Amino acid sequence: MTPGKPAQPPVPRGAFEYLSTRKDEFVGWARKFSLFPYPFVTACCAMEFMSVSSTLYDTDRFGAALPRFTPRQSDLLMVVGTVNHKQAPILRKVYEQMCEPKWVIAFGVCATSGGFYQNYATLLGIDRIIPVDIYIPGCPPRPEMVIDGIMKLQDKIAAERHPIINEDF
Amino acid sequence: MSAGGDFLGEVQAGVGARTLSSGMAHGILVLDVEPQDLVPLVKDLKGAFGFDMFLDVTAVDWPQRRPRFDVVYHFYSTRRFVRVRIKTRVDESEPIVDTLVPLYGSARYMERECHEMYGIGFRGNDDLRPLLLYEGFQGHPLRKDYPKQREQPLVPYREVEP
Amino acid sequence: MSTLPPLTTLPNPIRPAFTEGQTPGSVIVNIGPSHPATHGTIQIVAELSGERVLRTDVHCGYLHRGFEKECESHTWHNLIPYVDRLNYCSALINDFAYCEAVEKLMGVELTPRCRHLRTLLAEYSRIADHLTCVAAALMELGAMTAFLYLVTIRDYVYEHIADLTGARVTHSYGRIGGLARDLPDGWIGRLEQILDQMDTFVDRVHGLVDRNRIFIDRMRDIGVITTAEAVNWGFTGPILRSTGAPRDLRKDTPYLSYGELDFEVPVGIKGDNYDRYYVRMREMDESRHMIRQLIDMLEPGPINVDDRRCTFPDKDAVYTQIEALINHFKLVMEGPQVPAGEVYSAHEGANGELGFYIVSVGGGVPWKVHCRSPSFVHMGGVHRMLDGYQLADIVPTFGSVNMIGGECDR
Repeated sequence: MTPGKPAQPPVPRGAFEYLSTRKDEFVGWARKFSLFPYPFVTACCAMEFMSVSSTLYDTDRFGAALPRFTPRQSDLLMVVGTVNHKQAPILRKVYEQMCEPKWVIAFGVCATSGGFYQNYATLLGIDRIIPVDIYIPGCPPRPEMVIDGIMKLQDKIAAERHPIINEDF
Repeated sequence: MSAGGDFLGEVQAGVGARTLSSGMAHGILVLDVEPQDLVPLVKDLKGAFGFDMFLDVTAVDWPQRRPRFDVVYHFYSTRRFVRVRIKTRVDESEPIVDTLVPLYGSARYMERECHEMYGIGFRGNDDLRPLLLYEGFQGHPLRKDYPKQREQPLVPYREVEP
Repeated sequence: MSTLPPLTTLPNPIRPAFTEGQTPGSVIVNIGPSHPATHGTIQIVAELSGERVLRTDVHCGYLHRGFEKECESHTWHNLIPYVDRLNYCSALINDFAYCEAVEKLMGVELTPRCRHLRTLLAEYSRIADHLTCVAAALMELGAMTAFLYLVTIRDYVYEHIADLTGARVTHSYGRIGGLARDLPDGWIGRLEQILDQMDTFVDRVHGLVDRNRIFIDRMRDIGVITTAEAVNWGFTGPILRSTGAPRDLRKDTPYLSYGELDFEVPVGIKGDNYDRYYVRMREMDESRHMIRQLIDMLEPGPINVDDRRCTFPDKDAVYTQIEALINHFKLVMEGPQVPAGEVYSAHEGANGELGFYIVSVGGGVPWKVHCRSPSFVHMGGVHRMLDGYQLADIVPTFGSVNMIGGECDR
């Protein structure tokens, strides 16, 4: 872009782009309010996961209440608690068994970076082996932080492209 | 607790002759034995004195000392409510003691853990697979010469985009 | 979205004890380690003949976080958060058990108010742990309502403890020689409210499941273990009490203020899942009774023992006097100097005998800290409760054993 000249507005491709963005918004809205979490629960953060799923801080409000304990039927992998090297192949296998679209939340500092267990046994952050969308810090995080993390994930899902039929649409 | 203390005095009088040293420490009777006297002493404690619960076996690493490892056992009597600690020493060149699996079922898991963490062999326990660690882990992490942060990952790390 | 290179084979972290069945027609299945009913971190390799479990091989270690190795490179005070995360459901009991072991080595005696408060909070934590265990066990059987009742009251307990300690789950509230801070105003009033609410909620759960035909069918005579077997395999705590043996460290070898309290030790009759559930519910009643007695026994006074080897000086003294400043500095940077020696000190944790074996060579950093955790020993013996029953019985039996991963694998 040469300086001094105004930027050219993008040339609209017409009806196709309008339809695909509306479709993305609609599919994004549907997906973000019907998350099926797979709670990959290991350690102390499980206590806060139980609290956030039950009556006082409900995840049912977001449609994310029903956990599916099989990776084949879930789309949100919540890694709750410390993952150590013995558990790492299991985590990788579970991640690979999930179908697209899938998102990953690293719940707690142990899943984010190993927490304060910086030693031979712990995997220092699950993003060393799988890609992560949202990191929720805290040891363990308060349920309000978890809800904030889920809402940020929902914003991310709403803003993504959702190709359904082929790569363009 | 004087009843417990009296009972421990009886135990000390009964088995003290077979130990290298014996004494009380913070309410527990501590017996120091040679490795080969360990199993007969434990059989006696279980049979004659009623120490029916095996609490724990662990080891302490003294790298500057020969023999290097202290193997430490704790027992509890559910009738007299007292504990006894047995310590024995093994060297790095031959860190083997006899197993207690025929006497106590709970010894299986605890000896496995002691073996993988310190490398102490238990003669007679045929199931010394890694329990808290995983297959393929080299070394014994609780020894003082194992660096704390030496990781042995099973899954290769992915490349992180900047 | 997935940019990972494909891995065709992932290494198997365990070597199972058997890969072929002994009986013709039997099948080997693998349960866990990422499984809701095994509390996340236990793998059971089971040989099944139809629905009957012939033998099992239990694998733990999927939450091994190197607690003992971490202990050798931190000061005695810095270990308290690590110790919290052993049995994370009842974190305060771990704190106080560890602090008492170090206090024994140092020869420090607690103030009366601290003793009563530690006892009160230990019982409060025990209630939280039993609430979690019973709630999870009932949910795994399908009783979602009971789970929601118990987790709601547990949440009130967490918020209440957060008012005192600052954290809901892993509190790090115990200190060597005392506690972190004293009670805020109105804490005891709210405690009494919560205890009354808990009476109502627990009664509702009793009404839902105690005489429920389905619950009795699933829990009675399942996972039976006798007292002799339990002692041989090292079971302590509610599991041993459910077999009929009234063994409780709080009664047999009283510590803290338990010698001055009036409480019963509930025991079961058969050692099956139903008895373990009922023993835990009765223990919650006894804990509430103990807390009400302790509320009356609390006298105003100092929380921390007046011993500068372990107690942090007051902040205004630290800012104005050089001796207090140096004391604070040394306690933080080098840690409290604990004389050389070793000690084994056990408390009655929510699952059984929680013992700490500590070796010190003098100085502010431990030489060795070993935690004798009840859950680890129970994993060595749980196969006696699983073999011979059905596959679907593994779920309630495991739930009633209350394996806590942090404690089991350390």
